[in-house]
Amino acid sequence: MSEDAANSAPHRPVGARWRRWYEALTTTRLTKLGAGLVCALFALAVFGPAVSPYDPAAQALAHRLEAPSLAHPLGTDQLGRDVLTRLLHGARLSLGIAIAVTAVRLSLGTAVGLVAGYVGGWVDEALMRLVDTLLAFPGIVLALVIAGILGPSLTNVMVALAVVGWASYARLVRSSVLSVREREFVTASRLLGRSRAHVLGRHLIPNVVAPVVVLATLDVGGVILGTAGLSFLGLGAQPPTPEWGTMLASGRNYLRTAWWLVNAPGVLIMLTVFGFNLLGDGLRDALSPTQSAHIEQL
Amino acid sequence: MRYLLKRLVTTVLVLGGVSILTFSMTALTPGDPAVAALVEQTGHQPSEETVVAFREQHGLNEPFPVRYADWAIDTLGGDLGQSYSSEQTVASMIGQRLPNTVELAAASMVIAIAIAVPAGVASAVNPGGRVDYAAQFGALVGVSMPNFWLGYLLIIVAALWLDLFPVAGSGGLDHLVLPAVTLGSGMSAVIARLVRTTMLDVLDAPYIRTARSKGLRERIVVYKHALRNALVPVVTIAGLQLSYVLNGAVVVEAVFQRPGLGTLLVDAIFARDYPVIQGVTLLVGVIFVLTNLAVDLTYRYLDPRIDRRGEPA
Repeated sequence: MSEDAANSAPHRPVGARWRRWYEALTTTRLTKLGAGLVCALFALAVFGPAVSPYDPAAQALAHRLEAPSLAHPLGTDQLGRDVLTRLLHGARLSLGIAIAVTAVRLSLGTAVGLVAGYVGGWVDEALMRLVDTLLAFPGIVLALVIAGILGPSLTNVMVALAVVGWASYARLVRSSVLSVREREFVTASRLLGRSRAHVLGRHLIPNVVAPVVVLATLDVGGVILGTAGLSFLGLGAQPPTPEWGTMLASGRNYLRTAWWLVNAPGVLIMLTVFGFNLLGDGLRDALSPTQSAHIEQL
Repeated sequence: MRYLLKRLVTTVLVLGGVSILTFSMTALTPGDPAVAALVEQTGHQPSEETVVAFREQHGLNEPFPVRYADWAIDTLGGDLGQSYSSEQTVASMIGQRLPNTVELAAASMVIAIAIAVPAGVASAVNPGGRVDYAAQFGALVGVSMPNFWLGYLLIIVAALWLDLFPVAGSGGLDHLVLPAVTLGSGMSAVIARLVRTTMLDVLDAPYIRTARSKGLRERIVVYKHALRNALVPVVTIAGLQLSYVLNGAVVVEAVFQRPGLGTLLVDAIFARDYPVIQGVTLLVGVIFVLTNLAVDLTYRYLDPRIDRRGEPA
């Protein structure tokens, strides 16, 4: 493994790759803020539900629509449930979904992009027309229709968002592969009689990692907005589930009397997406300055 | 010329793909689409005869390729079929709703540009400065803000507390303001970043240095010489924001209960009114593909360098 790594074109001392990532995460104040926000949210999602004294589903009709107080820092909802507790459980749900959906998009898109770029010919042509077709729709509209026809549920929203979103990864990976494929170290490796799998694994994949990670980081925010948006429209999580978009939607009848019901989830969704966007922007600027224009186009 | 031809062929292929995808999505229905549609309409499990009659009435007994061909030919002739849940044709339902969405899109585009251009210019004039920092921070917040929340925030403050605008519905100009601000401010974030980038490029160009060395005032240099040239790509690329508008319209129309394409689509989805779903989805796809084509061609025409740089796949 290690001797092979030394043979691959960009010569870097052991550990340099990790240091590069670490430096990328700490270059600017905004990137640090993003990293901090994301870490804080993960901490809240992991430990929050255990710390909270309330049950996210326990109704307490005597305490309906109570304004924020010491006992209920973010107030209670129309069924007397503690809003903060529900948001913490929702954080688990939203982050979990966002990561799962992004992972599926990333794997599927990377696989398709590698095959299209490396194999070329009619396979490339066919795969790219499929990508064009998927990118021919505004993402949320297509996800909305797919999730809607499958039937309202959180799982179907995840399926829809994953199906709709892999195409930009495929396009990005394909163009990275095309630009690396003809470089000397790849040709050299091929001339040495290395197998296709070896060339893919040792040369092509490592070179597409940085742009793909950047796109994925920015994408997590998009998936969170998409999940919340579709749930808000009633297609995702159904009411007892403490999902952020669903909570926001059920607050719409109490805009005048209980303003915290829509604003608490709203602020939290924004902070989460903001954190991932800051992180993604910082990674992009630090890791792949030449790729930034390209990623922005997607 | 060769590029143009290739681009047109790809566009036709993509439109074909869009229509197949749109039409075949019905197949994702768990169980029988006809039964699912009847359940939504009547609220109970339909009898065998009702299902048979429904299938007969809507031509659902033909094999899939035949149905697709029929639908595609009718669609090319402007006939999108008959709604399951209302007596209207799909085309007339879309015709009624489309103007509302176009109105919203246009108004939010105006608002977006009104915010984005000054912000982007102010950023680019002094990159790395405080104004730039604040504008970039603001743009990131704008991109991260879910527009359904921004909509409610505006309703609470501007409609409920200050009583400046109506809460929801459609009608005159006052009904348009809050939805357009909701949609437009999110869009402005993306455009402002774009204005900043192109302005930075232009301000670096030799003719700007010439203008400065002639001793022209900085304001004239920035607004008359630089901005005019920077706006060309911005206006074209702003067309690409159509995706944002169409995505956003679905949600914003729901927040403000505006009858438009977005609400039509959402209602059709819950009613399992497949012809309407197909019609709206197809329309959105076609609008989006054609705008991208137009943007691409205009951009190429305005900036011939793109050809030499090699063609993005």
